[in-house]
Amino acid sequence: MRNSEFDPISEEIFKSRLRRARAIVVLAFAVLIIQLWLLQIVMGPGFRRQSENNRMQLRDIPTFRGVIKDRNGEMLAGNRPSFDIYVVPSEVDDNLMLADRLGELIGMSPAVITEKIEAAYRRSPFKPVSIKKDISRDELAVIETHRFSLPGLKVEARPIRHYLFGSLGAHIIGYLGEINDKEIKSGQYPHNKAGDMIGKAGVESTWQEVLTGISGAESLEVDAAGRTIRVLSRRPPLSGENLWLTIDRDLQSLSEEILSEKKGAIVAMEPSTGRILAMASSPSFDPNLFVEGIAHGTWEQIVRSEGFPLQNRVLSGQYPPASVFKIVVALAALDKGLIDQKDEVLCPGIYRLGDYQFRCWKKHGHGVVNLHRALVESCDVYFYVLGRRMGVDTIASYARRMGLGELTGVGIGNEKPGLIPTTGWKLKRMGVPWQAGETISASIGQGYVLATPLQVARLISAVFNGGILYRPQLALFIENGRGEKTRLFPPEPERELGIKPEAIALVKKSLIGVVNEPRGTGSKALLKDALVAGKTGTAQVVRLEKDRDEERDGQEDIPLEFRDHAWFAGVAPAEDPKIAVAIIVENGGHGSKAAAPLAGALFKSFLKARE
Amino acid sequence: MFDRRLLQNFDWILLLLLVILAAISVANLYSATYPTRSTGGAAILQRQIYWFVLGFAVFLLMTTFNYKSLERLAYPAYIVSILLLLAVLIVGKLTSGSRRWLSLGFMAFQPSELAKIAMVIVLAKFLAARDEFMEYHMRDLLKPISLMMIPAVLILKEPDLGTALLVVFVSVSMILFEKIHWKTFVALGVTCLGSLPVLWLGLKDYQKDRLLTFLDPDRDPLGAGYHIKQSKIAIGSGQLWGKGYLEGTQTKLHFLPEQHTDFAFSVFSEEWGFAGSFLLLALYFLLIIWGLDIARNSKDKFGSMLSVGIVATIFWQVIINLGMVMGLLPVVGIPLLLFSYGGSSLVTTMAMLGLLMNISIRRFIFQERGGIGQ
Repeated sequence: MRNSEFDPISEEIFKSRLRRARAIVVLAFAVLIIQLWLLQIVMGPGFRRQSENNRMQLRDIPTFRGVIKDRNGEMLAGNRPSFDIYVVPSEVDDNLMLADRLGELIGMSPAVITEKIEAAYRRSPFKPVSIKKDISRDELAVIETHRFSLPGLKVEARPIRHYLFGSLGAHIIGYLGEINDKEIKSGQYPHNKAGDMIGKAGVESTWQEVLTGISGAESLEVDAAGRTIRVLSRRPPLSGENLWLTIDRDLQSLSEEILSEKKGAIVAMEPSTGRILAMASSPSFDPNLFVEGIAHGTWEQIVRSEGFPLQNRVLSGQYPPASVFKIVVALAALDKGLIDQKDEVLCPGIYRLGDYQFRCWKKHGHGVVNLHRALVESCDVYFYVLGRRMGVDTIASYARRMGLGELTGVGIGNEKPGLIPTTGWKLKRMGVPWQAGETISASIGQGYVLATPLQVARLISAVFNGGILYRPQLALFIENGRGEKTRLFPPEPERELGIKPEAIALVKKSLIGVVNEPRGTGSKALLKDALVAGKTGTAQVVRLEKDRDEERDGQEDIPLEFRDHAWFAGVAPAEDPKIAVAIIVENGGHGSKAAAPLAGALFKSFLKARE
Repeated sequence: MFDRRLLQNFDWILLLLLVILAAISVANLYSATYPTRSTGGAAILQRQIYWFVLGFAVFLLMTTFNYKSLERLAYPAYIVSILLLLAVLIVGKLTSGSRRWLSLGFMAFQPSELAKIAMVIVLAKFLAARDEFMEYHMRDLLKPISLMMIPAVLILKEPDLGTALLVVFVSVSMILFEKIHWKTFVALGVTCLGSLPVLWLGLKDYQKDRLLTFLDPDRDPLGAGYHIKQSKIAIGSGQLWGKGYLEGTQTKLHFLPEQHTDFAFSVFSEEWGFAGSFLLLALYFLLIIWGLDIARNSKDKFGSMLSVGIVATIFWQVIINLGMVMGLLPVVGIPLLLFSYGGSSLVTTMAMLGLLMNISIRRFIFQERGGIGQ
């Protein structure tokens, strides 16, 4: 054993080696302690946050958008579940196999699926990536049966907007779209965040704040596999409130049916309140197309398609009111005391002003007419004379009193004010003085005069409701989830017309005559059971070379886009009106033929339903 | 041969350190297996406790004989361990791509663990065998380096890079306790650096991947980098005082990989914070310093070198594991000594610590017999 013992030099070296070893150990542990200190003390708060991020997942609890109902409680816009397919990349065994199978089941290219999963895997592998939204029921059934062979796949249900009757009331209801950056920054959508669908048009937009629910949130503790361990905190979602509209679904449906295959607009209103019963604009669209965020191509296609279906012609279509405007001129003249019912004018079918000739629609004239006959038979010459006597500015001031040339404030869509020209307007706008001939055109609602169907409906309502101009309304009341009314919308009378009651009474009588008397232009709106009153109009689209002639059925020879627009504005029953309508059929020809019968049908159906 | 003097000289400090570490280890293992309690976690804990019991038995057994008798057994033990290493390459159980385990029917063990001890003993014998002080030249080192390379290469073949590296590190540490001629030292250093590219080519893809990931952790945050990232989050999020026992979210929610084996320290660190980790490191530090003291106090060179080899084994395992879980070293898969789950390694460790105790107990024997004053 001697050879194992230390000789002195070896022992000395060994001792010095031990000292070095001790120093190395101290150094090594110092490095470890420093690293621990860096990790836990210096970078500790950051790592604590990361561990919390690992642990916690914030999840939205979807909310339900308030539903939209008609005045009778019939649901127009509700919610339905959308089944969305997600894939959790970290749980996928075999990406290619999953993409192949899934692609086959839901009709998607496997390459697209693979790419989505791979991109998501690099980003955040535990977070589900959306593969396809709103799969069909059939696809759902197939997926559910193959669930076991598709690891990593998740199907989630989420409420989305559903318009029960497709395009019914599309222009009133509007549509949804994904909130954009500008809207988020505007602060007008405090309850919404990126990715949310918000109302972009119609009452969906106007009442966005009421309809939108406030989504809830859940803070979940999850494990590394993304499984939920427990709920840490939860804020329940708040459903949106329901909106009851003033619309009558049946009347709305009929209005749209009547307008199908045509271009035009119908608006029906409760004359005594200003509440809108129906508002149809044709062509229309299906707002369900927008529910999931519309593809740019589809959007372009809709916007560009023939007839501008997104435009709500009721309030943004500006048309010459034509003979309907005679109501305004007649009331103005009577109120001013310029005429009485006995004053007569000879209508030879033509009116001369200097070198110009202005024709009456009836080629050979109406003969001698008083105001009543002139309204009933819609004599142009009578109103040429009247207009000349009053001047355009007087007509304009009355037209404005009756709500023309201004926004009605209905609160949806891109409402247009129309146009009521004055001499001052012309000078300012065109830089040239008003011409006498222009007064002639204006007095039969042509020339520069423009009005929207909604303005006309409001006007005719005011004539028959005792002279009160109401703001048109679409919202009846708002109801919370428990069915309690939280907000009512009483009628909003804006102003009185301020026209002598006798004048109004005379005009009313004449408007009854339009429909009910022989040779009245509105006779096609005549009903057996109710007294209908109204006024037809035929708006010239282009100044035609030939004379306009009621007897001449020449409109069929004219290319469609140059044919006249047909107007009818009226009420029923005249003695206690329940409904007022304004109808325009673009390029429909004469109001008496193309518009009056439509009004008759609407009145008939509406009044019958009320019995 | 176990007389009263031996009992008087019993190294209570060493035993105390072991018992404290074992207790913390079991408590920590309870937490690390907590989330899998229902799916085998409890069994893991139970098994580890059995291993500790067996380990302490082996520990005590290793103190009963005079360690000097090991000198005679050095080469036979070495040869047996080499044969077992060869055997494992041929008939070893293939688990997750490597052959490390030899089945003995009733139990499986890793021959590389035995090789670790045999290597230390054989080197201690070789280094203690010199009569007089002499500087080591290249030809003197051929034998110890060959003794080291045989098991190292065989273990690398399994493949078990971590253990192979450990064998090399421990052997080199022991050799460096001798005085080596400076020319030889430089020559060996250059050879080592020169062989690095060769070693690189010999690595498996996953091993290369781990090294690359260590150099650039963002290379693949979910593949090789994921473990180390989650480990750092676990440790760092413990902050000063920790999240509390059984409250480690990284552990409970499985974000931390291999939490009862290689990353056991991360579990502890998350729950006990800097304060607890500091104390644990202090225990390991004391154990190593204490071991070096035992080496110093041993009155024969074999005992000293054996102690050095054992301490070096402890030191490198602790440093490599802790460096790895803290992101200072690449992931090589070395468990934390006395702390990670694993029976084979625990029993080996306890055997080595038993030998250390053996040397410690007998530190005064030669002084008395030979009458040499201190």
